[in-house]
Order: sequence, then C-alpha cells, then structure tokens
Amino acid sequence: MATLATTAPRTAPVASPGVWTPAYSLWLREIVRFYRQKARVIGVIATPLLFWILLGSGFAHSFQSSQSSGSYLAYFFPGSVVMIVLFTAIFSMMSLIQDRNEGFLLSVLAAPVSRSAIVLGKVLGGATLAAIQGIIFLVFTPLVGIHPDAAAILIGIFVIVLISFELTALGFAIAWPMDSPQAFHAIVNILLLPLWMLSGALFPADRASGWLGWLMHLNPLSYGVDALRNALFPAEHTLLPLDLNLAITGGFCAVVFLASWAIVNRRTNKPAA
Amino acid sequence: MATLTQSGRVESRYGGQAFPIELDGVTHDYGTRLALDRLSFQVGRAEIFGLLGPNGSGKTTLFRILSTLMVPTGGAARIQGYDAAREPNKVRQQTGIVFQARSVDIKLTVAENLKHQGHLYGLSGRHLKTRIDEVLSRVGLLDRARDKVETLSGGQQRRVELAKGLIHSPSVLLLDEPSTGLDPGARRDLWLYLRMLRDQEGVTVLVTTHLMEEAEHCDRLAILSEGKLVALGSPAELKSQIGGDVVTFETAGPEQAARLAEMMANRFVAGPAVLGNRVRVEREQGHRFVTEVVEAFPGAVQSVSVAKPSLEDVFIDRTGHRFWNEDQPETEPKKKGRH
Repeated sequence: MATLATTAPRTAPVASPGVWTPAYSLWLREIVRFYRQKARVIGVIATPLLFWILLGSGFAHSFQSSQSSGSYLAYFFPGSVVMIVLFTAIFSMMSLIQDRNEGFLLSVLAAPVSRSAIVLGKVLGGATLAAIQGIIFLVFTPLVGIHPDAAAILIGIFVIVLISFELTALGFAIAWPMDSPQAFHAIVNILLLPLWMLSGALFPADRASGWLGWLMHLNPLSYGVDALRNALFPAEHTLLPLDLNLAITGGFCAVVFLASWAIVNRRTNKPAA
Repeated sequence: MATLTQSGRVESRYGGQAFPIELDGVTHDYGTRLALDRLSFQVGRAEIFGLLGPNGSGKTTLFRILSTLMVPTGGAARIQGYDAAREPNKVRQQTGIVFQARSVDIKLTVAENLKHQGHLYGLSGRHLKTRIDEVLSRVGLLDRARDKVETLSGGQQRRVELAKGLIHSPSVLLLDEPSTGLDPGARRDLWLYLRMLRDQEGVTVLVTTHLMEEAEHCDRLAILSEGKLVALGSPAELKSQIGGDVVTFETAGPEQAARLAEMMANRFVAGPAVLGNRVRVEREQGHRFVTEVVEAFPGAVQSVSVAKPSLEDVFIDRTGHRFWNEDQPETEPKKKGRH
C-alpha cells in the first residue's frame, strides 16, 4: 500500500462544540418543528380549553363547591393550566421516541456532543413549548372572574415555567429508554395522568379521604398546582404557602433533571439506539 | 502494509501517522451470541474500504462500534489513533457517519438540517454558512437548500444525509449500506462522490454492504461471516486467489449432488462443495474439467456453468456456504473449500 503514504496526512480540525451551541440547536429544532405542524398547535391549545369547559361545567353542576370564589370553573383553572403543560410535555417527549426510531437521535448520539447538551436542549425545548401554552391560557383568567395584578401574573408565569420543566424532564426520563410510542402511552396513562388527577387539579387534597389524601400530599405535582393557586387566588386556602410550594417544586425539578441526566449518561455494551 | 507494534495506543502507525481505521482484536458478544470474533485489520488513508457480509455477519455491530454508539466487549477499534471506547469524542470529531436509516429531520429544510448538524460539531456563524454551501454544491443540492427535506426525492434525501456526514470535514467517512433504496442512477452518483472525496480530499471511506456489485467498487474489502474475518484484500486479489474458473454442476436434487461430489472427490481430488442441488468446483481450465466429469458420470449432471470467479465465489470458497444461505437452508455440515 505504498500509494497511501504519498499524500500528506490529513485529520479533521478539532473543535469542541461545548454544551450550549448543541443544546441551543436542539432547543430551536423543537420550536421550529412545533409551529410547522399546525395540527399540533391547534390541538394543544384547543384540548385543554375543551376539557376545562366541559369537565369544569359538568362538575360545577354536580358538586356544590364551598370555595369562597364560588365556581368550580375557577377552582379547576390552575389544574387546567397544569394539564396543558402536561399534554405538551408528553407530546414533545413522544418526539424523543420518534427521533430514536427514525435515526435522528442516532446522528446526535454519534456527534461529539456531551449527553448533558442533549438532555438540556430537548428538555428546554419541550418545556418552552409547554410553558408558552400554559402562559397563553392565563389570558382566560377574566372568564372565571380573576383579575390578577402584574405581580400575580409574574409569579404565575414563574410557576408555570417550573412545572413545565419538571414535567418535561420527567417525560424525558420515561421516554429515553423506550422505543415504542405505545409503551410510552401506557406509562402516560398509568403514571402521568394519575399524577395530574391527584395533584389537587380536580379536587382539593385536604378534603380527600384517607389514602387518597396521603397520595396527594406525597405527589410532588400537588405543590406546583398549589403554587399556581397561591399566585392566582392569593385569598384562597391552600396546602402550603407560596415560598414552600416553590421550594418543593424547584427541588423536584432538580431531581427529575438529574435523573434524566443520569439515564442518558449510561454507557453500555448494548445498542445505543 | 507498515509493520505494527502491538503495544500502546497510537503505536501502530504507517508513515508516522496513525491508521485512519484500525481494529485490534475487536470482539463483541450480546450475552449469548458472539457477534464479532477477534477482528483485526487496518484501513489506509484515502482508501475506499468495503465491509462485505450477509445479514447477521456482524457488520452492523462493527459499524456501531466504529461510530462510538457501542462499546465492544473485547479488543479496541481506533480511528486516527483514538480508541472509540475510551475517547469517543475525539473519534466523533474525526468521523462523518451516514446511517442506513434516515437521520435528517424531514420537517426542517435542507439548510436547517445542516446547520443543526454543524452546531453539533462545534461549527457556527459565517464559517458554518460557507461550509453548508460547500457541501451542498458538492452533492448538487445548493438550489434546494431552502426546501423542506420531505419535499425531496429519496435519492436527494440520501444526498442530504451524505452532506450531513461531511459538514465538519471529517477525515474518515463511515457509510452503512449507503445504496439502500437508491435507483441505479443515484447509486452511480454516490460512488462518484465517494471517489471524489477520496481523490480530492484524501478522505478514508468505509462502506458496509451486502451487495456484491457494490463491493466491487471498493479499493479493498473485508469479508465477514458470522463475526469472523474470512477474507481481506482488493476485489481483484481476492478473486485471483481462486484457482482459474468456477464450475457449477446442477443435479436433480441434494442427495444426487452429494453423491456426485463424493465420486468427484474420489476420482479428481478437487475438493468439491455441495450447495443444495449444486456441486461447485474451482478449477484451472474449467471447460476441460466439465467434459471429464460429464463423460465420467453420464446422466448425473443436469446443467453446467463455467464462470470467472466472483466475490460470491470468494465467500463460498472461504466459508463453505452460500452468501445468501437463508434462501437455501444448508443441509450439509460446513466444508472448508480448498485449492
């Protein structure tokens, strides 16, 4: 093979992409993909609105609420916001499974990118979409007779951002090892939906009986919903004060994000994708 | 081939440089199944190297190891002197990968896909923009840069994949079954690009394939069977190692074939291989041998073919079974072809 040595040695320029550029790129892709699929945009805005009006109106007539602001629609409002966030988080993490099946993820894994950048980009992308939609839903507050001031809106936005991040990171940790959307759906049904149902979104934790009440107190999402209630209905009775709710929600964000990070960083002898 | 010293990471070199690709006893088992069995070979700079083998021969496993997606259970795979298992990021920077499955995002435009890929490899800004134009004109898609990938034809999408693999100017390009789903024209174009890369930029190209005609295009080949390296060399070299012609006698059925092979072995000492209802012999001056056999065993042979050896013959010669043994289940115990 004498011919091989005759040409000058050549190796590619070595530049490390760092964490932020790849993370930004993955984040941007989530956003661009989302608004290019119009049906997703409509579905994700319309579904919670529909749920909120149908469920809320139904329950409002079936149960007498003793909440001070009266209507069940108002009680159900923070829960609906969290539901939008949950739906969007689930949808965007479904794309992780799609990426894996199509081979897009393979090309990301084979790039000189740290796995942290992958988690960060993907989770922030999903969380951004979820948060934007949750925040858009705040526009409907006057419909339930709430007129939050600027401070309340800012706190509300902050809480929505936290919840978006925690649910998306949770979705990421669940979706990462999976290769079928059906399996992911099963987990969504047995884990994520109950997580939401028992978060005080539909009925208050301190009036739920026995074990159900316990589960609701153990559910980290309860404190996110509670924090949102703190923000929107400062006069309302809640489980915990705002600062404690925020601390618990922030803590849970960190836990699920670290869990995602740990799951992604496992290196194995098995096929990566 | 340069002499190798087996100690240390970048010790095996030629011309003062590490081999673009070097396998050193690469072994991989999936629990019970041994997928790769102590593979060792080197690929030189600016070489188009083919990894030929039927499905299940271990080439996908090897591809995953070289593309740093999997850590081998034994041995080491090195790219430009970097161990794929220990320094995956160094390897990744040197390597462009074109997967068999579609890896582009069809909802994004061609340029957006490449921009994203560039970001993953540490390129950005003006430099990335120039590079995108460069690779797109190289694969002839500059005018489609702003179109969504889903509006492109299958062949064009493969070209986007290739552009994606080239965006960071890798010194080694790995392609997994690159001509899957390509029409003959697009296939020809692909090989044209690969040769251009080799000749103009000195890129080392590794192609996995299960297609003989594709393997013919490679400068050198490694033939894999059941995780083992069964042949290594240029297509011409490999074929010339087979003595003269390949003569195939077709008989009425497998038993007749086995009987014919036995009789031939007793009389002509030729090392015949039985493949279903065929008996295959490698022989100088095949046409003479045909007359001898037909005269010696009248009625035993239904039809005869005499051919120059192909890569498939190389495979049969080295493994004793057909390349596509799933079509024709093997009944005979494996025989080692000899000449």
